Amino acid sequence: MYDMKALYQAKDVADAVALRMAHPEAQIIAGGSDVLVQMREGKRAGVELISIQGLNELRGVSLEDDGTLRIGSLTSFSHITRDPLIQKYINVLGEAVDQVGGPQIRNIGTIGGNTCNGVTSADSASTLHAYDAIVELTGPDGVRRQPIHDFYIKAGKVDIREGEIQTAILIPKESYENTFGHYIKYAMRNAMDIATLGTSVNVRLSADKKTVERARVAFGVAGPVPLRAATAEAVAAGKAVSMELAEAFSQAVKEDINPRDSWRAAKDFRMHIAVESAKRAFIESVKLAGGAL
Amino acid sequence: MEKHVTQVQTVHFNLNGKDVERTVDVRASLTDMLRNDFRMTSVKKGCEVGECGACNVLIDGEAFNSCIYLAVWAEGKKIRTLEGLLGPNGELSDIQQAFVDEAAIQCGFCTPGFILTAVEILESGKEYTDAELRKLLSGHLCRCTGYENILRAVKKTMYKRLGKPMPEN
Repeated sequence: MYDMKALYQAKDVADAVALRMAHPEAQIIAGGSDVLVQMREGKRAGVELISIQGLNELRGVSLEDDGTLRIGSLTSFSHITRDPLIQKYINVLGEAVDQVGGPQIRNIGTIGGNTCNGVTSADSASTLHAYDAIVELTGPDGVRRQPIHDFYIKAGKVDIREGEIQTAILIPKESYENTFGHYIKYAMRNAMDIATLGTSVNVRLSADKKTVERARVAFGVAGPVPLRAATAEAVAAGKAVSMELAEAFSQAVKEDINPRDSWRAAKDFRMHIAVESAKRAFIESVKLAGGAL
Repeated sequence: MEKHVTQVQTVHFNLNGKDVERTVDVRASLTDMLRNDFRMTSVKKGCEVGECGACNVLIDGEAFNSCIYLAVWAEGKKIRTLEGLLGPNGELSDIQQAFVDEAAIQCGFCTPGFILTAVEILESGKEYTDAELRKLLSGHLCRCTGYENILRAVKKTMYKRLGKPMPEN
């Protein structure tokens, strides 16, 4: 038995918004792999829950008319990894969420929950930042769209306002078109572990594959929230593809990140693996894009 | 003190091929309901925080840790436990027999969870490498066997079902 005061089960998105307005103190629960575990730990003992688990309209991946990739917030990690649209346009996201927890957790956990709990180590977060994802929130006044960078306010805190629930994650066509990416999770174990550092890089090369038109890199656990490394991105933009560029790009990430000491790893060690992961992910991304270096 | 009112709800679902319904406390996990209301004691209570895989069941064909799944979410779902794998006269299924043959069991506590994940793997009809199988089985903790025998049992059954000889290592 879970220690909860009440459970409100939403029938559809409008009902979920109405429940949010009626019970502002209640915790939203999607897949349950975070909220139920926290309740078991006693952190949310006696809480009221609004369950959105039954909202099947929030499951699945689709392509909107303008080419935006739409990922319903309740789509599970395993369904994202197996989805043909994800595999075609943003395979790196499928690979990243295939490293969350273990197989059963990937069937339970949702991308909406992974972003709404606001933790920097979320395996989806760095890739979503590196692709300038947009978070769609539905509330009493309709739909609000917000860049994921602004959605994360601080560790454990995201910008979900009164009456809102997150309904989708959107990847703009401009972000994924002709773009190839690679994610590296550094953790102590291969399964059932939280990232010591997560690194997601993506590149777009020129038609002749000789020049980096655009490179993007984002980290999880390199700061209190997932963050981009703008200096490194500027270093790579417009430059010729080479091993020297991979080195310069990866060294530049040190200008942008501010990891902390924690019991998982020391700051210096996180700095070291950030540089090394950025380099390896950059090289892999260039190769995926058809470049040689 | 505020008086606590127990909130209950009736859920209808399919358990091992049979349509069932139960009125349950909304605070119950699926593990609680399967064990206490249906006597499905193959569903083990291990860590109860989704880490060990002992409570694993199949929901609409996918493996879920039933400890971190609310009982009321079972509404309309097809749920399978180890009990559902037995034949009409209690015969073991191929994957259960393979666990016996390969000595992939010792204390047996993790076994039902492992076998249901194996069922999801086998029902995909795909051929997996050892590395892929290890990853697919990584959501279960076994403190007795060291995993190698479990891997062999799943691999052997996979090749048997695919009608292919098992490659020599």
